[in-house]
Amino acid sequence: MNSDALFLMVATQLTVIAITGYFFVRVLMTPPKKEPDSYSENDEADR
Amino acid sequence: MAAQQKESWGTRVGLILAMAGNAVGLGNFLRFPVQAVNNGGGAFIIPYLVCFLLMGIPLLWIEWSMGRFGGKHRNHSTPFILDTMTKRAFWKYFGVFGIFTNIAVAAYYCYIESWTMSYVWHSIAGTFNGLSQAQVAQFFTDYVDIGITHSGIPYEAVVFYVLCLLLNTWILSRGLAGVERAAKIGMPLLILFGVFLALRGVTLGTSGASAEVPDASAWDGLNFLWTPQFSSLSDPKVWLAAAGQIFFTLSVGMGTIHCYAAYVKSKDDIALNAVSAGFMNEFVEVVLGSLIVIPIAAGYLGLDWVKENAGFGMAFQTMPFLFEKWGPFLSMAAGVMWFGLLFFAGITSSLAMGTPWMGFMRDEFGWGRTKGAWSFGLIVLLLGLPTVLFFQEGVFGEYDYWAGTVSLVVFALAETVLFAWVFGMDRGWKELMSGSDLKVPPFYRFIIKYITPAMLLVVFLASVFTPAGNEWSAALSSLFSGNGWPLDNGSIIKTIANSGLHEQLAAATDAGEIQRLNDRLFYTNLARVMLLLTFTGLAVLVYVASLRRLRTAKYARA
Repeated sequence: MNSDALFLMVATQLTVIAITGYFFVRVLMTPPKKEPDSYSENDEADR
Repeated sequence: MAAQQKESWGTRVGLILAMAGNAVGLGNFLRFPVQAVNNGGGAFIIPYLVCFLLMGIPLLWIEWSMGRFGGKHRNHSTPFILDTMTKRAFWKYFGVFGIFTNIAVAAYYCYIESWTMSYVWHSIAGTFNGLSQAQVAQFFTDYVDIGITHSGIPYEAVVFYVLCLLLNTWILSRGLAGVERAAKIGMPLLILFGVFLALRGVTLGTSGASAEVPDASAWDGLNFLWTPQFSSLSDPKVWLAAAGQIFFTLSVGMGTIHCYAAYVKSKDDIALNAVSAGFMNEFVEVVLGSLIVIPIAAGYLGLDWVKENAGFGMAFQTMPFLFEKWGPFLSMAAGVMWFGLLFFAGITSSLAMGTPWMGFMRDEFGWGRTKGAWSFGLIVLLLGLPTVLFFQEGVFGEYDYWAGTVSLVVFALAETVLFAWVFGMDRGWKELMSGSDLKVPPFYRFIIKYITPAMLLVVFLASVFTPAGNEWSAALSSLFSGNGWPLDNGSIIKTIANSGLHEQLAAATDAGEIQRLNDRLFYTNLARVMLLLTFTGLAVLVYVASLRRLRTAKYARA
């Protein structure tokens, strides 16, 4: 591969991977809101 | 008319995977790399990412906000979601697009999905073992010409289409829980299969060179895809292609995002969820999508072949032949993974297409999940069978053009104007930020109000007035030199008039060719009539539903 193509490919893909990972981790790390929320799986009634 | 028992998502991750699954489709693997190679290689990524930030992300936020706002008023489909945002009654008829598009797109999309199911089966059964490239391509041609079968199953294409539709309908009849479970299984498997094939694409190098194609190299494919040609950045065609790709890859303008978001409560986040799902789609498209088809094809068939043949058909007409070069076990595994990932990409999208109809019938006519799902399956079957039976006559392409292309742009433009200008940016912003886990930069207020609608208007006008050969510079020169604006046969204006077909008919001399073109003209118009009838039928249903709402409100007052 030529260096221009390699640089652009690696830079673009690493950026997209990093941003995707960052937002997804934020979703996973954000504590759930107080009940009742939108998500039935963690509802007391369902346990 | 509101649903008595409200459904909800099981988990936040499930919601994001379902939203990402809705966006990730076959285009991520087949359309994106082809668009990139045709529009400046690596430089295409610059307008592509600019359009993602200025049009894609704002549209995601608009649709999530509208959906959750509608859900608060117990509306789960676009006609009455739009209706709750304004006092003007006509907006709900724009909302018909949000049901119509899904039904019409599902009708032909499930057909492609059924090809992937069938090809998984044929990969396991070893149907492609020992076939030449021409024979693999012929297999596909015979497959869509439903009269011919290689597997012994009569009308195989129809059988797999019905099976695919039954599977979709059954999952839909399980409600949101079924959709969410399908996304939780489908998306991780899709990414796993994609990573395996992408690693193979990156590491193939020159090992696929043969006596017939001695200079074949996967690196050439990656060079071709990623070498920046910065001169292309000044070409309007490249920017329009980038805007179009962003538009279609995110599944915006369809009504599915509104429907999914309608099941989110106002205290829960939508801003972070929307960008997370959006970037997940970008990961699949930019990272995985660019590393599979083009490098693998260039690695075995050479760059010249890729330049001449890059297109949607490569998935079915070429990839099985290339996988055969990996030995008996790996070829079967690669076939299952490739068509499996396309299947998961397809089904997570087609399931989303069923939910607006089900939400509408549940809200307005009290239909349960089972009735809603099976009625959706039946309508899609009736509308979709012509795409299966008359695929070669152009019915499939006609549905794709009007429902899968034009309708999306029209609806996205309308909803953006409604959100930013009619509903109002202040209320819209407040809705977006309610319960948000992400601090959205305030300059996005300006982008949503001015830049996004302006970009959508340009995309729409560019579709209506596409210049001949898509050559914008030449068309502008022609206009300013007083020679008018030469329209392309692919422009909306000339497509409505069937100009391309009429030109071919005028030039044809062979009786067989004239008959074929006349048949194509007939089926093209038939497809349009079917689409128009579907839209009209849905508009009538919305009208009836609004009368029922008025009557109920009157009784409540009395």
